[in-house]
Amino acid sequence: MSESNSAPSLYAPREPIFPRRVSGPFRNLKWIILAVTLGIYYITPWIRWDRGPSLPDQAVLLDLANRRFYFFWIEIWPHEFYFVAGLLIMAGLGLFLFTSALGRVWCGYACPQTVWTDLFILVERWIEGDRNARLRLHRQKKLDFRKARLRVTKWVVWFLIGLATGGAWIFYFADAPTLARDLITGDAHPVAYTTMLILTGTTFFFGGFAREQICIYACPWPRIQAAMMDEDTLVVGYREWRGEPRKHSAEVKAGVEQGDCIDCMACVNVCPVGIDIRDGQQLECITCALCIDACDDVMAKIGKPRGLIDYMALSDEERERSGQSPRNVWKHILRPRTILYTVLWSLVGLGLLFALFIRSDIDLTVAPVRNPTFVTLSDGAIRNTYDVRLRNKHGEERPFQVSIVGDPALRVSLEGVEDTTVTVPADTAYLQRVYIVAPEGSGPAGAHTTEVRIWVEDLTNGERAYKDTTFNGRGG
Amino acid sequence: MTKKSEIKKGDPETTGHSWDGIQEFNNPLPRWWVWVFYLTIIWGIGYTIAYPAWPLINSATAGVLGWSTRANVAEDIAAVEEANAPMNAKLEAAELASIPSDPELSGYATSAGAAVFKTWCAQCHGSGAAGAKGYPNLLDDAWLWGGSLEEIHFTVAHGIRNEDSDEARYSEMPAFGRDELLTDEEIGQVVNFVMSLSGEPQDASQVEAGSVVYADNCAACHMEDGSGDTSQGAPNLADAIWLYGGDYDTLVETVHNSRFGVMPPWNDRLTEAEIRAVSAYVHQLGGGE
Repeated sequence: MSESNSAPSLYAPREPIFPRRVSGPFRNLKWIILAVTLGIYYITPWIRWDRGPSLPDQAVLLDLANRRFYFFWIEIWPHEFYFVAGLLIMAGLGLFLFTSALGRVWCGYACPQTVWTDLFILVERWIEGDRNARLRLHRQKKLDFRKARLRVTKWVVWFLIGLATGGAWIFYFADAPTLARDLITGDAHPVAYTTMLILTGTTFFFGGFAREQICIYACPWPRIQAAMMDEDTLVVGYREWRGEPRKHSAEVKAGVEQGDCIDCMACVNVCPVGIDIRDGQQLECITCALCIDACDDVMAKIGKPRGLIDYMALSDEERERSGQSPRNVWKHILRPRTILYTVLWSLVGLGLLFALFIRSDIDLTVAPVRNPTFVTLSDGAIRNTYDVRLRNKHGEERPFQVSIVGDPALRVSLEGVEDTTVTVPADTAYLQRVYIVAPEGSGPAGAHTTEVRIWVEDLTNGERAYKDTTFNGRGG
Repeated sequence: MTKKSEIKKGDPETTGHSWDGIQEFNNPLPRWWVWVFYLTIIWGIGYTIAYPAWPLINSATAGVLGWSTRANVAEDIAAVEEANAPMNAKLEAAELASIPSDPELSGYATSAGAAVFKTWCAQCHGSGAAGAKGYPNLLDDAWLWGGSLEEIHFTVAHGIRNEDSDEARYSEMPAFGRDELLTDEEIGQVVNFVMSLSGEPQDASQVEAGSVVYADNCAACHMEDGSGDTSQGAPNLADAIWLYGGDYDTLVETVHNSRFGVMPPWNDRLTEAEIRAVSAYVHQLGGGE
């Protein structure tokens, strides 16, 4: 039974974290990823791509109003939304693959929350100083001019970054130069301003204040990831058998020989989520590997080999403890699970590539009008009507000729058009009503259904496409 | 008392609760989480003040922002009507026959006309305009009163055989049997003759006698060859299309009792632009002349 009389609080105040500056290969890698990802994010909407006079010249554009997605030379129409679904599946499988091989590598290096938080901490350090200076500023109760100046400067810079983040986002949905001008002159659509301000606010708050709280309490991904890792996954860990007993520990004081850990707290001080990696695998750890850089630095100074804290597979612990060398990294990475994820990822990718390359620049969909299924004409002939959507993905208008292949008795005609050629405007899905008539007494007129193939041919270059459909007759 | 489960170094503190030796770790929620929870409650209360929420006996609190879905819909409709006003004016000013050749105008008229049709016409003519017994199929190429855009427009505007419009199209077929203009035998003969016009199976022995009855009683309106007359709404009897049915019994019923299909005038309920739009829509359904 409980010995204490006062119940502990069910709520805990947030412990502020002041990560210390660190340098090393992982930190450098993270700087590079930060520069590349933020660069891509901010610059992409400004890349131009010439598509001819009637189409936008923005390389990456989500044109929601006209329902087009432009990605360099690729143009996705709404009916090709499966590409987006496929890319999302690939993103999912890719995350599974990376997580099972390298743990929370996404969280540690590429997640926007991590990248922007990194940037915000960088700004914080430039303005307020490194860990100790920030700690002093935090503990200073009195709000003097210096503290106010530093805080306000920091928040203004954060806000500007947030503004740029929200601003860049909306450029993906409209012509960037035009929208940028409209934003400044106040002529942009209210939705643009609202979106921009919401994203500014979330960036400012998530990157500046919420930080690791988002990862620990708000994000579902860390919980899911635990199910994708196993003892072969490379995670950031502490070689306890090498470091312990650490300096200052009771064992060392009692005379046990000290391990490599000098208890300098470097790994704790650099940690952006405020944990001690020496306590073992923890939910909070985003495997950013900064503690590896920090510890390697210290090990170099005291003349010990690097890697007291390192990427390691937990399955190697027994081997290392008994003095054997760990198994090869590739033995850990290449295992049935990761190979399966790779194969699935590649299959979806190949499927999408295949679908991308077999796309034609003209296309049609055929919706048979089934209300009514057929019409009897005055001469006894049976007529079926089809709503045919002719898609011209070219940048200029094209003459499309409609023809049918099927029972020779069937004749095709178009509503409102003298012959069977219709001009489809540039970059348009054009709705054309197509009639197919079976004369009285012919096979299709009397049959229940007859298969028929509707062809469409671009008369300028001979490109063709078809759809199969059904002709309904009187049916016995 | 059972043995306490082992608490290892580095484990979180316990809440002090222990059941059969099982102790509960205390992993406290962050304080801000609770604040967010309280914030949502405050937000919720504010929301019910700002927007319609609390149910009363016959209504609900209106909310201080005055938000109303009905008002929004009315506003949206007014906005759409205002946006359509220039096209409607253009539609009303245009020469009727020129509408199909103007892509902008015909596109607008067809879309607007489809909406009018589904609202006002589909009840009798069907949502697909295929009609039903007694209600003409508007998809085929047979027209009782003419299938040009002008004729369709006139029919929609004034209707057929109604008492509401002085200009309504009017004609009346005599009830040959009921009014004892023809005997049952003569009706049988003429029906067989009419069936022979469109090549339907008939009693050939009656056809010749029927042709005489037809010439005396029917040919004035339906024409000698049975091709009908759209100026008086007399159906073509030689084609494959029957408004009420082309079998012997139905035809006998038609000749005996006559038919008197009525369509209301729409010029008192729809605007000229709407009538033009729905006429253009019907005209392009596949049978327009």
